[in-house]
Amino acid sequence: MSDLAKKTPETPEGPQTPGTALGPGDDTAPPAPEASAAPVPAVDPRLLIREEGIKGYWTEFTRKVRGGELGSLPVVLGLIVIAIVFQLQNSNFLSASSVANIAVYSSGLGIMAVGIVFVLILGEIDLSVGSVAGVGAAVWAVLNVNQGMNDWLAIGIAVLAGMALGILHGFFFAKIGVPAFVVTLAGFLGWSGLQDWLMGGEGSINTPSGSVVENLTNYFFEDKAAAYGLALVAVLAYAASLVMDSRRRRAAALPARPTSEIVLRTAVVAVLCFVVAYVLNEPAGARGLPLALVLFLAVLVVADFVARRTTFGRQVFAVGGNPEAARRAGINVDRVRITVFGLSGLLGAFGGLFIASLSGGATKSVGGGNTLMLVIAAAVIGGTSLFGGRGKVWSALLGMIVIQSIQQGLNMIGMANAIQYMITGAVLLAAVVIDSVSRRTQKTAGRA
Amino acid sequence: MIHVSATPVLALRGVSKRFGAVQALTDVELEIHAGEVVALVGDNGAGKSTLVKTISGVHPIDEGSIEWNGTPVPIHRPQDSQALGVATVYQDLALCDNLDVVANLFLGSELRSAAILDEIAMEKRAKELLDTLSIRIPSVRIPVAALSGGQRQVVAIARALIGDPKVVILDEPTAALGVEQTAQVLDLVERLRERGHGVILISHNMADVRAVADRVAVLRLGRNNGVFDVKTTSHEEIIAAITGATDNAVTRRQARTATKEDAK
Repeated sequence: MSDLAKKTPETPEGPQTPGTALGPGDDTAPPAPEASAAPVPAVDPRLLIREEGIKGYWTEFTRKVRGGELGSLPVVLGLIVIAIVFQLQNSNFLSASSVANIAVYSSGLGIMAVGIVFVLILGEIDLSVGSVAGVGAAVWAVLNVNQGMNDWLAIGIAVLAGMALGILHGFFFAKIGVPAFVVTLAGFLGWSGLQDWLMGGEGSINTPSGSVVENLTNYFFEDKAAAYGLALVAVLAYAASLVMDSRRRRAAALPARPTSEIVLRTAVVAVLCFVVAYVLNEPAGARGLPLALVLFLAVLVVADFVARRTTFGRQVFAVGGNPEAARRAGINVDRVRITVFGLSGLLGAFGGLFIASLSGGATKSVGGGNTLMLVIAAAVIGGTSLFGGRGKVWSALLGMIVIQSIQQGLNMIGMANAIQYMITGAVLLAAVVIDSVSRRTQKTAGRA
Repeated sequence: MIHVSATPVLALRGVSKRFGAVQALTDVELEIHAGEVVALVGDNGAGKSTLVKTISGVHPIDEGSIEWNGTPVPIHRPQDSQALGVATVYQDLALCDNLDVVANLFLGSELRSAAILDEIAMEKRAKELLDTLSIRIPSVRIPVAALSGGQRQVVAIARALIGDPKVVILDEPTAALGVEQTAQVLDLVERLRERGHGVILISHNMADVRAVADRVAVLRLGRNNGVFDVKTTSHEEIIAAITGATDNAVTRRQARTATKEDAK
């Protein structure tokens, strides 16, 4: 089948003929099932593949890779390469303090990247996220430090201010029809001006010690039970959701994951969770579970649930895939677009508080520099397509870990800032190249 | 007009639509009864697609009225028309390539508890629906991008049936299909009629029209140009009405009576 596909990559009728549409490697199907001519019962190919055991998974995997559905494969491979290379250069790279550093520095930017993932799935881009983060930090600092407002209230207002800015972008984009690129570019300039203006004459407003914002990135759960407990809860919740889903599917007579797959998946997740918990807890110099990581994971879990399991998430994917089809299906496209930009602004401002916390206070440069670049790069490196309609919330985590690992590693081996920029730029380019090439491969394999 | 046995499910009365300087539709009349296939034919630019879009709420009408079971109803947005029970399958399919078959079938009317999707119930219903329509696709969980043209077309038609509509509008459902897929879609149209749906079928292909339609409504330059009973009308008469050829006594008479009736 794969040989056949290679010999005739483009049949005259185009890539959507049934033969190529089924994709190479789908050995279970007859060569060219003329949909109705062959009275083959409609069977879910995944079920067949599962019945084949481990070999079936491998066929499915190679078929997907050849069809351009790379998913998180490049980024996982990249992370392994990064870990090996830097660990060989500097044996402290995988030490407790280094890993905790990567986790803490990933959190703020990663939360912003979650918002960007939604915007990218929508098929748009938000260039203002860095400036919105700066405004969020400035609003919090002015209210909390200068005006003496309550910590929580100030944080709430800062985050809502970010959401309001995002909704404003969404309004101009969805209702007026200005391209999102231009609206958010205007926001990028305008809001960094607003941030400057809010800060007034002061170059920076320091975080008061013991305040909530300081704790965002400085608080660690020193009790070892915290990290292990969280890992345990995560693994149990993951396993329970798999088992329940599988049981419900069996009850409805639908193909379900076999127990072996559930055990395998749970085992992989468990190993990952407990290794990270161990590194954060046990080695010398370990400070325990960082609060920032907990908050980042909470944002990821909620956002992932919204994206995959709610009507709103489905609507975002639909608008990203084909806005006109979504409109004709009765989806309020404008509302979806405005909400997504509002969400991006909200998460941007929230991430801005983390950045302020890390740099010891709100400054005029919070959210400036390469913040925007890193955030968008993280989403793309993690595997969210720039072309819309395809992506996972977890790519914010994966991509941000890649970026922060590279920065941490380059810092540790004493590489100059200039080189760091160049390397990060190259990684971003590589991610976009992979995205573009895999999309083209998907097209020829009839999957895009 | 031919037999008016009961109140039509959907009726257009003197519908007009302008786009700037172009008068796309002028005083168009159309009736659709339950369990009946009405073919809407006409030359390119005759206003077929525009007429369909006015019914489905994509383009609101300028003048005239749309009646649902005999009562005039306002249709301003696609949602209005869906709420009434009109489902439209567009020429350009309007499927989301990145979503799987189940997600596409239920797009805009997802089964859910609160705001949380009930994927399992949707998948089950999708399978049942596809089975009752004898539609075969490799899996309901593959993205629509991976399906062939004919499979997409039947998915698009099945999608229209999710909300159990009263009237189904098919805009050129066989235009890009091969012989076998065309037959499949025509079978599907007959199954829709058996299930008691009113069907509006837009087509350029007279063979398709004569195979499944009960009545043929002809549009010419945005106006009605006669409604024919398929069984008693010859191929040539319909073609003449489409092209506006007046060297045929029958069509001339037909056009004259139609004109009188519509009181232009």
